[in-house]
Amino acid sequence: MNNDKNALDRRSFLKASLLSGGGLMLSVSWLSSFKSADKAEALNLPDQWSQLNGYIQITSDNKIRLICPNPEFGQNVMTSLPMIVAEELDADWKNVVVEMGPHDPVKLGAQFTGGSNSVRMYWKPLREAGAAARQMLREAAAQTWNVPVGEVTTKAGVLLHSSGKSAKYGEMASKAASVPVPKDLKLKSPKEFTVVRKSKKNVEVQKITSGKPLFGLDYSVDGMLIAMIQHPPAFGMKLKSFDAAETLKMSGIKEVFSLKLYEDGFEQGGFDTRSFNDLLVVVGSSTWHVMEARKKLVANWEPAGDQKDTMGGRNGKREVTVPGALESTLIQMQQMQEYAAKPSQQLRKDGDPENAFKNAAQVIERTYNGPFLAHNCMEPMNFFAHVTEEKALLAGPLQAPGWAEPTLAKLLNLPPERIEIQMTRMGGGFGRRAYAHYLSEAALISRKVKAPVKLMYTREDDMTYGIYRPMYTATYRAALDANKNLIAFHVKGGGIPEHPIHANRFPAGAVDNYLAEGWQIPSNITIGAFRAPRSNFNAAAEQSFLDEVAEAAGKDPIEFRLELLKRAKENPVGKNNEYEPDRYAGVLKLVRDKSNWGKPGNEKYHRGVAAYFCHNSYAAHVVDMVTRDGQPYVDRVYSAMDCGIVINPDAATNMVQGAVVDGIGNSFYGELTFKDGVPQKNNFSNYRMIRINEVPKSIEVHFVENDLDPTGLGEPPFPPVFGAVANAMYKLKGKRYYNQPFRDELEKTI
Amino acid sequence: MAKITLNINKKDYQLEADPQMPLLWAIRDLAGLKGTKYGCGVAQCGACVVHLDGEAVRSCVTKVSRATGKKVVTIEGLSETNSHPVQKAWQEVDVPQCGYCHSGQIMSAAVLLREKPNPTDQDIDDAMAGNICRCGTYLRIREAIHKAAEMQKKAPVKG
Repeated sequence: MNNDKNALDRRSFLKASLLSGGGLMLSVSWLSSFKSADKAEALNLPDQWSQLNGYIQITSDNKIRLICPNPEFGQNVMTSLPMIVAEELDADWKNVVVEMGPHDPVKLGAQFTGGSNSVRMYWKPLREAGAAARQMLREAAAQTWNVPVGEVTTKAGVLLHSSGKSAKYGEMASKAASVPVPKDLKLKSPKEFTVVRKSKKNVEVQKITSGKPLFGLDYSVDGMLIAMIQHPPAFGMKLKSFDAAETLKMSGIKEVFSLKLYEDGFEQGGFDTRSFNDLLVVVGSSTWHVMEARKKLVANWEPAGDQKDTMGGRNGKREVTVPGALESTLIQMQQMQEYAAKPSQQLRKDGDPENAFKNAAQVIERTYNGPFLAHNCMEPMNFFAHVTEEKALLAGPLQAPGWAEPTLAKLLNLPPERIEIQMTRMGGGFGRRAYAHYLSEAALISRKVKAPVKLMYTREDDMTYGIYRPMYTATYRAALDANKNLIAFHVKGGGIPEHPIHANRFPAGAVDNYLAEGWQIPSNITIGAFRAPRSNFNAAAEQSFLDEVAEAAGKDPIEFRLELLKRAKENPVGKNNEYEPDRYAGVLKLVRDKSNWGKPGNEKYHRGVAAYFCHNSYAAHVVDMVTRDGQPYVDRVYSAMDCGIVINPDAATNMVQGAVVDGIGNSFYGELTFKDGVPQKNNFSNYRMIRINEVPKSIEVHFVENDLDPTGLGEPPFPPVFGAVANAMYKLKGKRYYNQPFRDELEKTI
Repeated sequence: MAKITLNINKKDYQLEADPQMPLLWAIRDLAGLKGTKYGCGVAQCGACVVHLDGEAVRSCVTKVSRATGKKVVTIEGLSETNSHPVQKAWQEVDVPQCGYCHSGQIMSAAVLLREKPNPTDQDIDDAMAGNICRCGTYLRIREAIHKAAEMQKKAPVKG
């Protein structure tokens, strides 16, 4: 990203155009981290300018419309991103209307919601877009009033001159569109912010509370058919044959057919993951009819056997074998134990860990396990598609339209410019909607039935056709010398089908002798990003382990971490340490102070602490547990975050509170197991979700105050919750919890 | 299929529906009101809560035949101007994240407040435990319900 930033500093490429009816539309290009060489070429842009953005429209009657580039899934990006534009534009937020942009990478950039990247990626380009527009408006006013531009100031959407002249932005918007685009932009210093750092309400809250049709499932057009897919009952199975006679007799049913999603040899991108390739599809006129008719299908399934997938991507084409076994959790756990005992891939090594462990006064070794998790977005997967020979219109919930479009273009044999993707508000995402197989399925179904179609997953479809959080395990070892100093640290982690290890994260850099290793077991159970991928397991395991090591060393768990971070700052071990020790220590100190850690007055609580760095931000939590009705209960939580400048403080607080609740829920209840390939849970009746009666009374959120460029918040607060809960559970029950979900372990002891 | 009349938000809808069809799909697909959400289909998540003669019901498991001759109120009809105390409190507290579950949350909360104008945290937890929020906005839901109770005292809901 550093190179990107430098490139941006060197040159800006801005374009202005007149809105029909007068007014200003400003586009700004910026270097995206997701380059699209072909698009850059088509636009005849210099190499590094791959994309153009268009965010601001001002009408002559002073309406300011800001376009949100990134899909909204509850991270409140439809409010926070336009706030950044409004800040530098010096717009009056009251006059701002926000609209979700269509998929338009030329004007709107990467448009990727995920990796806690929205604010981080768009911070600078959106500021530039706002600042450029403001400067052009000032220039237009200066020309109109015949005064030097340096004398024209702005305040909340009004242009001002010392002579007493003033004009609303709208009055100058048309003229501003013909002003040359400024080359040197002066951005505000954080001290000058008037919009950013002031809490603004969610721009769609009024629509949500009145039930407006915002979501993919709400999207509807005349003549739209409903489609559902009957997928195999087990991972590792495929369709053998089917009899649809009874289904076709049912009222409202139009067609039943099978369809291949990817033809043999189809080159899959990294986010083209799909669990099942043969689709058995029922299409009819209404949701209920299709649901009922699907139950009448007679489908025969057979083991798919080992399958070959062709993967494309940066490293060229390669064949991957997907094993055909019908997997069961109990067997998977045995397999994991076997793999854990074998040599594995070394990911990082500092010093001489073997020797340090040999000479240690005390070695602590603990193993942690985490199950597959289903995302369980409240809005099940769905997508609208209307595909004809000439073009395709798609609308629905999607995190990464820029990754879906090339796949669609290949599947439909249509050029990208004939594919229109509209992003609806998402009823949750958590990583699940980065995998757009359901969009491709909808498109192929629409093409087949030659009609607009809404593909809908029921809750059961959604939960049993998952792109799950992988199943993980990790064994940690710590070596203490005779003085109880941590002299070596070893983590060996594995997973189905990928390992969780981030080798360059804390405590790497803080321990002289360090070893990280990883291994993985291939599987046909499909996995993908789940809120803070890998971190969501690591933080649980590592932060529980550090708690135990601190105890063995006779140290307070916060002080123990702070000592290690001091070491990492003053005399870091090794290279490529991903975190900044000061910022990591900063959240620990903040949460220590705010929670009165170690001070009297908290005796009735069993306290656990954890901290973690991921997705460029820092998080620490103190979890205070009590026993309520005989059950452990998180009564109170203190959270400290460092994500740089906080764009929208109240919404950011909401996000952290939600992540804490999500973390408590998943650490206690989150789990999907398999038997002979069949997911053992299929709805909220058996997949337990945290409910209002189980959440803390208070979650107090504090942000480290600094002027650093903002980083993400959707993921970082989530992972350390698991660790803090595990550590508080230890205080409450006098027993360590190594296996998620903790509820299962707890019930064994009751 | 049968001809049925559904009174939704004070308006009569003449619909052709299988009497077994859940009220949810009649509301969403036949009447075209999309505010009521599908979440689980088995009365576990509360995203589909509507009022049937003033009572909160899960429309995903309520047969449409049960709603004939009764008054159905959905989120769209809770107030004419998005101004029911629960709606206003939701806006003031800025409760939603993704927003998908909140039609159901608001409809459940409105019944709670009618029955218990001054709910305790425990009352709220008891009444709202059937509504899942995957984003975890529960603390704000509690706060908003308390706020709505205050608003309701100042300006009681009519009807």
